[in-house]
Amino acid sequence: MTALPSRKLEAWRYTDLRSLAAISFAEAAPVAVPELPDLGLPRIVFINGAFDPVRSTPPDFLEKFSRVAEASDLPLALINAEQAQDGMTFSLPEGVDAGAILLVSYASGVAAPVALHPRHRITLGLGAKLTLIEIAMGEGVYWHNPVIDIALHASSALSHYRLQNEGQDAFHLATIRAKIAAGAAYESFSLVIGARLSRAEFHATLLGPKASTHLNAAQLLRGHQHGDFTSVVAHDAPHCGSRQTVKSVLDGPARGVFQGRIEVARAAQKTDGYQMNQALLLSPDAEMDIKPELEIFADDVKCSHGATIGALDPEQIFYLRSRGIPEDQARAMLIRAFLTEALEPVTDAAAREMFEAAIEAWWVGQ
Amino acid sequence: MLEIKNLSASIGDKEILRGVDLTVPDGEIHAIMGPNGAGKSTLSYVLSGREGYEVTGGSATYNGENILALTPEARAAAGIFLAFQYPVELPGVGNANFIRTALNAVKRARGEAELDAVAFLKLARAELKNLSMPDDMLKRNVNVGFSGGEKKRNEVLQMALLRPGLAILDETDSGLDIDALKIVSDGVNALRSPKFSALVITHYQRLLDHIVPDRVHVLSAGRIVRSGGPELALELEAHGYVGQEAA
Repeated sequence: MTALPSRKLEAWRYTDLRSLAAISFAEAAPVAVPELPDLGLPRIVFINGAFDPVRSTPPDFLEKFSRVAEASDLPLALINAEQAQDGMTFSLPEGVDAGAILLVSYASGVAAPVALHPRHRITLGLGAKLTLIEIAMGEGVYWHNPVIDIALHASSALSHYRLQNEGQDAFHLATIRAKIAAGAAYESFSLVIGARLSRAEFHATLLGPKASTHLNAAQLLRGHQHGDFTSVVAHDAPHCGSRQTVKSVLDGPARGVFQGRIEVARAAQKTDGYQMNQALLLSPDAEMDIKPELEIFADDVKCSHGATIGALDPEQIFYLRSRGIPEDQARAMLIRAFLTEALEPVTDAAAREMFEAAIEAWWVGQ
Repeated sequence: MLEIKNLSASIGDKEILRGVDLTVPDGEIHAIMGPNGAGKSTLSYVLSGREGYEVTGGSATYNGENILALTPEARAAAGIFLAFQYPVELPGVGNANFIRTALNAVKRARGEAELDAVAFLKLARAELKNLSMPDDMLKRNVNVGFSGGEKKRNEVLQMALLRPGLAILDETDSGLDIDALKIVSDGVNALRSPKFSALVITHYQRLLDHIVPDRVHVLSAGRIVRSGGPELALELEAHGYVGQEAA
């Protein structure tokens, strides 16, 4: 197996995988599975990385899994390619609007630690439309290492909503790659709540004029959780837009990482890029590492980025309390308000409801 | 009734209030005037429970209850309202949601029935109309992008809806043009009743043309150094605060 990346690699400087490397994984055995969410949508279920036909109500256009060679040198994607046994392959023909579908991954490492390396592929034909809601969950010690390859043909649109709600002893390392053709739109929002250590690494490539992407996320972490959101947006064509709002709320000794690179090629004139990263530290022990990078080779572009790290504002808390709102409720209101901006582009009602319920549950679990 | 006796308070090592004595009976409006640095804002913050102020002596009771021992939210539930000199912006928090949450928190603390969104909006719109304020004030984020005058009007709107027994207005007139001043004053005057009292903290006499106080007190160097009727405000306007300390 390809070795796990070490912190000597610049891209892995802030996320240490030695605790993962120390675990020996067993073959996945049959496990007891709890009731899984369905959100009233066509559902594709993977249990310990294998497609589960019993729990799935597969939508049309689902295809058989087949292995593909890994073209990149990303260590986690290489490991996935070596190990992948299964995954969702979904191809929408030209002009089809498939509505929303749900992809649920459940893993159990309760009996013995397991590792799962699913490889999902989503292709949208010319003008096709899809909303993909993804939920990752489980219990015990396991390593979920999905690769999601997305190909969006011209003028197609994918809304991709991820709820990473893995078990508290889990490792979640996801690689999401989107190739976005002219006029196509890739909109994504991720809510990171679970896992002991997680990283979601997005690579969005804007290949044709007027392609666009939103890569938004919120991380809510507490205790000894570590959450890393890494993204590379490549503007390879003119007149493309990318927007990112990533928010982290960290409590206890939790640690958050944001690495965001925007690459603007020489040909990508009239690029409109925006990146905002903000972290709210609820405890003096929390830590946030932010590394924005802009690499611009074109001369007529608009690219802005900003990063802030702060605590809840005592003035704001006092203002709310002076109006009769108890301190706990005041803090909850301000944290929700902080997250609002990242959630804004989530227009799908089912996804929005799911995220709001998960945020509420996180708060109650406080 | 608000009763303040020999109240002393400090921020860090700095003593700001040095034995304030003040009684505001129900139904009365009292003005507190004084030069910069006299302790006017400190008094309002100590009464509303802001952190960072240490009470070093004396007492403050409202309707017989020791308010200094209460959390800020409990003081609000007891009927005390502070109109801020600099109202705080809350990005991402809708104004309607904010005021309804506050109103329901106060109602819950008092054992009253809470209002649902529809009932609240009806009440809030009626109040906006009374105060000649536009409806969109409820839709915006709390004080975000509000002009100085709009922020103060929003304070008055909250006060009108929360119906406090005691309002403390901390330099509510600062930064107001004459129209806004009138709206704010009308809002306070509309609450006048035998059950309502107010402490109006101001630097200038002009607010007191609109909110006519029953009593005027001069706070200087952390003490009330003079008290009188509304005419005292006019005298101060004419002659300034110089010499008040010695009086």
